[in-house]
Amino acid sequence: MVPLASFLQDPDFIRSLYIVAFVCFIVGLHFLNHPRTARRGNLIAAVGMAIAVIATLLIEEVGDYGLIALGIAVGTVVGVPAARNVKMTAMPQMVALFNGVGGGAVALISWAEYRESLAAGGNPALETLIPLLFAAIIGSISFWGSNIAFGKLQGLIPGRPIQLPGQQFINAALLLVAVGCAVAIASGVESQGLFILILVAAAILGNMVVLPIGGADMPVVISLLNAFTGLSAASAGVALDNVALIVAGMLVGASGSILTHLMAEAMNRSIPNIVAGGFGGVAVAAGPGDGDRGPVRSTDPADVAIQLAYAGKVVVAPGYGMAVAQAQHTVRELADELEKRGVRVDYAIHPVAGRMPGHMNVLLAEADVPYDHLKEMDEINPEFPYTDVALVIGANDVTNPAAREQKDSPIYGMPILDVDKAGQVIVLKRSMNPGFAGIDNPLFYKENTALLFGDAKESVAAVLAEVKEL
Amino acid sequence: MDLLTELTILVLAAFVGFEVISKVPNTLHTPLMSATNAIHGIVLLGGLLLIGPAEGFLTELLLVIAIVFGTINVVGGFLVTDRMLHMFRRRPEPQKQVEEDEQPRLDEAA
Repeated sequence: MVPLASFLQDPDFIRSLYIVAFVCFIVGLHFLNHPRTARRGNLIAAVGMAIAVIATLLIEEVGDYGLIALGIAVGTVVGVPAARNVKMTAMPQMVALFNGVGGGAVALISWAEYRESLAAGGNPALETLIPLLFAAIIGSISFWGSNIAFGKLQGLIPGRPIQLPGQQFINAALLLVAVGCAVAIASGVESQGLFILILVAAAILGNMVVLPIGGADMPVVISLLNAFTGLSAASAGVALDNVALIVAGMLVGASGSILTHLMAEAMNRSIPNIVAGGFGGVAVAAGPGDGDRGPVRSTDPADVAIQLAYAGKVVVAPGYGMAVAQAQHTVRELADELEKRGVRVDYAIHPVAGRMPGHMNVLLAEADVPYDHLKEMDEINPEFPYTDVALVIGANDVTNPAAREQKDSPIYGMPILDVDKAGQVIVLKRSMNPGFAGIDNPLFYKENTALLFGDAKESVAAVLAEVKEL
Repeated sequence: MDLLTELTILVLAAFVGFEVISKVPNTLHTPLMSATNAIHGIVLLGGLLLIGPAEGFLTELLLVIAIVFGTINVVGGFLVTDRMLHMFRRRPEPQKQVEEDEQPRLDEAA
């Protein structure tokens, strides 16, 4: 053998390459700390991934390059256009989908590894078998759960909770079946049928757990499934004796858990509560606070234009409705026009505005809004009492004062943007339908609130035209 | 590698993950989620490792699909993250300011 080839295939050399890859992953994630270095961070992580893949291809036992090339080619042909063409508003479901295929890959790999080991004479040793079973269960749950999450966000499946009677018992039974079969295999039964049964039970469980979850909770679920996929990858790494899988999978497992926790906290929801399901679509019966509700006051673009143009400070509270209407560019034009007149325009970003933490920042950044004008909730809330006009565009639940005031409200305790404390609140809304979570919003009935009905983009464009006229 | 070494690496990697990530600002949570999502596409390596020794049509088919899935996860994940982060580029305004500041100085030098 040529010396170079034997050097390249040296396990120590391959492990050294893996170490370089880990450094890339960690440095890359570290660079994601700041908007200015974030893009470089992502690039560094991608380079790390390329190094890890090349190092693995160098391993002596790796073969069948034709099939490998086929798999990578097909994956690239599917993945690149999907990532290139997805709209920024559809980002959450894209992440769900990418997460799902990752989980699917873990499940398939564990199944293939089990088949191989049966073909080679029987169950693998426990230290391989247990992580393999764990990876199979979690991978399968993640694949199917992510697909349901994708379907819900994409509108293929109704976003409202779909619940069967005795749901909790069915879920518990499915989990029991999966874990029971896993225990049976681990204690010596050699059966591919049982292994497939594990995958199927976990698949149904993935469907059943995510189906009853309302659309509003979906970001938390995607984040949770992201962490799950990471854990299952790490587990597969233990089974396959591959350090790269262990380290990268665990980095994701840890980050996904933190992110899930942060998101759940921002919505004042506990993770077990979300997984138990039911919230996010239950129409809430009229609460005791409903009696003193006045009529809503609607306004017109000319009036809004005057209020904005002569304000000193305007805070825009954008929500998913703005993104759906693709109004962010028009909103930025309006803000530019106002700033020319000396009005200070800031954007109040609720942690879960849009469909994921940071989603709204991405959408506004896309529209060239400078990020130092994007204020996080804790930063902007004390400023609302000094704000002349709060412009709520397509946001609903994150501005609902019921979260502060109405103890019986399902969102009571959720931190909100205190837009109602501004001098004047203008809410751009398509209709009086309740928001994503299906909860009525007392903000609309407040004395200092006026509603501008219509498509967010058209409304903002109309206001912009009026401001230019002034 | 023995199991305990692997578990040691597992636990330490978890702590590195917590440390590195808990510092990411809210603004970047969606890109972060997307980037970490791309990183767990590393399961692709599992497919690469197994497909060589694998025998039988079904096993190979499972592994090819796994490689396809893993590649979609990696390639799509990093690309989509890059697209998102591309949005965070600074507005040209502050640079113009600098240029305008520098322009007179150049004139003076001339």
